[in-house]
Amino acid sequence: MEWQIIIAATIKIIVFVFLTTLPLVAMSVWAERRVSAAIQDRVGPNRVGPFGLLQAVADGIKFLLKEDFTPNHVRKGYFWLAPALVMVPALMTCAVLPFGSKLFGEKMVIADLDVGPLFVFAVASLSVYGIVLAGWASNSKYPFLGGVRSTSQMISYEISLGLSIVPLLMIYGELNLGSIVQYQAENGWALLPLWGEGLSAKGWILAVPVFVSFIIFMTSMFAETNRLPFDLPECETELVAGYHTEYSSMKFALFFLGEYAAMIIGSGLAVTLFLGGWSLPFGWLTPESTEAAVPWWHGLIHIGTFFAKVIGLILFFIVIRWTLPRFRYDQLMRLGWVFFFEIALFNVVLTALLLWWLS
Amino acid sequence: MTFLFYIFAALALIGGIGVVVNRNPVSAAFAMIVSFLGLAALFIQLDAYLVGILQILVYAGAIMVLFVFIIMLLDVEEEEKRRFPIIGITSSFGVAIAFTLLVSVILKRSEIGAKPLPKLAEVSGPGSSDVHRIGEMLFSQYWFPIQIVGVLLLVATVGVIVLSKKELR
Repeated sequence: MEWQIIIAATIKIIVFVFLTTLPLVAMSVWAERRVSAAIQDRVGPNRVGPFGLLQAVADGIKFLLKEDFTPNHVRKGYFWLAPALVMVPALMTCAVLPFGSKLFGEKMVIADLDVGPLFVFAVASLSVYGIVLAGWASNSKYPFLGGVRSTSQMISYEISLGLSIVPLLMIYGELNLGSIVQYQAENGWALLPLWGEGLSAKGWILAVPVFVSFIIFMTSMFAETNRLPFDLPECETELVAGYHTEYSSMKFALFFLGEYAAMIIGSGLAVTLFLGGWSLPFGWLTPESTEAAVPWWHGLIHIGTFFAKVIGLILFFIVIRWTLPRFRYDQLMRLGWVFFFEIALFNVVLTALLLWWLS
Repeated sequence: MTFLFYIFAALALIGGIGVVVNRNPVSAAFAMIVSFLGLAALFIQLDAYLVGILQILVYAGAIMVLFVFIIMLLDVEEEEKRRFPIIGITSSFGVAIAFTLLVSVILKRSEIGAKPLPKLAEVSGPGSSDVHRIGEMLFSQYWFPIQIVGVLLLVATVGVIVLSKKELR
């Protein structure tokens, strides 16, 4: 029995992490370049393969073949460790995301934990070490400033990120991401309570704190993934390239890809918590419970739905990046501590009062 | 799955030794993080998912980040240059040996491990998961100690602010 579980988990890890998430990372780099080109009225990469789709392969080969230069003044061990520490936590969080309902009687989640969101936050909070180490190990001033900025930014926004999902968890009364998705499939997505019990007055009133949560969650996600408008740790106008100034070739690529991997996982978590995960709207093709059998083609549709939603959110991330200018550092800190922290805290109290009033 | 226990126990111990042996403060801090990760894995092996994950979230993910941040900002280099103080090392070894003896004597006399502890589901009220059960117990049966701990932490925070702002005195 035990070996069967291990083999099933290994297959799921290979399929979902290495054959789906990693190619998705490469494709989102391509999408970023195409979308930015469209926004700036350019063409973008369109030479390699149809629509430039194979650009990711060309980029990868280029990164691998370039000279891997290690400056003399760096602290060698940590300098090598840092890029891996950015990439690994981002991919580890894949373990608890429900990619689909069930396929051939097997749940489409690598580890069906009862503490899903906490696991994601715990592992994601480790990814800050990669950036801090990169800044410190580079042993020169701009990377160091980038590392320091990144630490304080990530610590600050982790608080509002964690607080923003508390109202949702209070509504679901559940920390298992699979059950959260099942609940949304039956009672309407948290953001769009348009069917099931979500259609009642209770569902619509509770949609207000959920919407506030969603805004705080998405904004904090931009700060956590160091994306524009919050990419102060690598802000070119002030810090050359921030924490990865001293890095070249594949080591730089790992930082670059780690950012996209974190963005994909963030989108995955947002989809799971707010947008119904793998479920289709209006309760179509919804299994009766998390344990009920699901026909294989339903399972495939659910996986497709999940990735369609994730890709939609990634495109949203990209469009925001090329639309908004960068914040100033003090503005970023004030937004995090003075506005989001208080609003998130107030939102928790409001949800508790609403739940007590409505029951 | 005993071999997993040995792997993670070794990881926790190696991290712990690294904290003591490393002269560089940043290296020591990272060794401590490794030790915390090993401990968290041991908790998870005991089916205490919440405790294990809180260990990572709170200690490795928040407190140690601040540690590393402060160490990097202050640029503590003097520690590396200092020689090993002989008296300090011998006395700390003495304390460590005395503590180990004390623990072994206590463990021999006590009843710990003589009978298996009850499962959380048996001692707590109903709940859908461990997190649910722990939450129920903390906020019903143990609500008063929780409040006291909260007040204690608040007092500590206020104290730190008062002490760090010199002009307030």
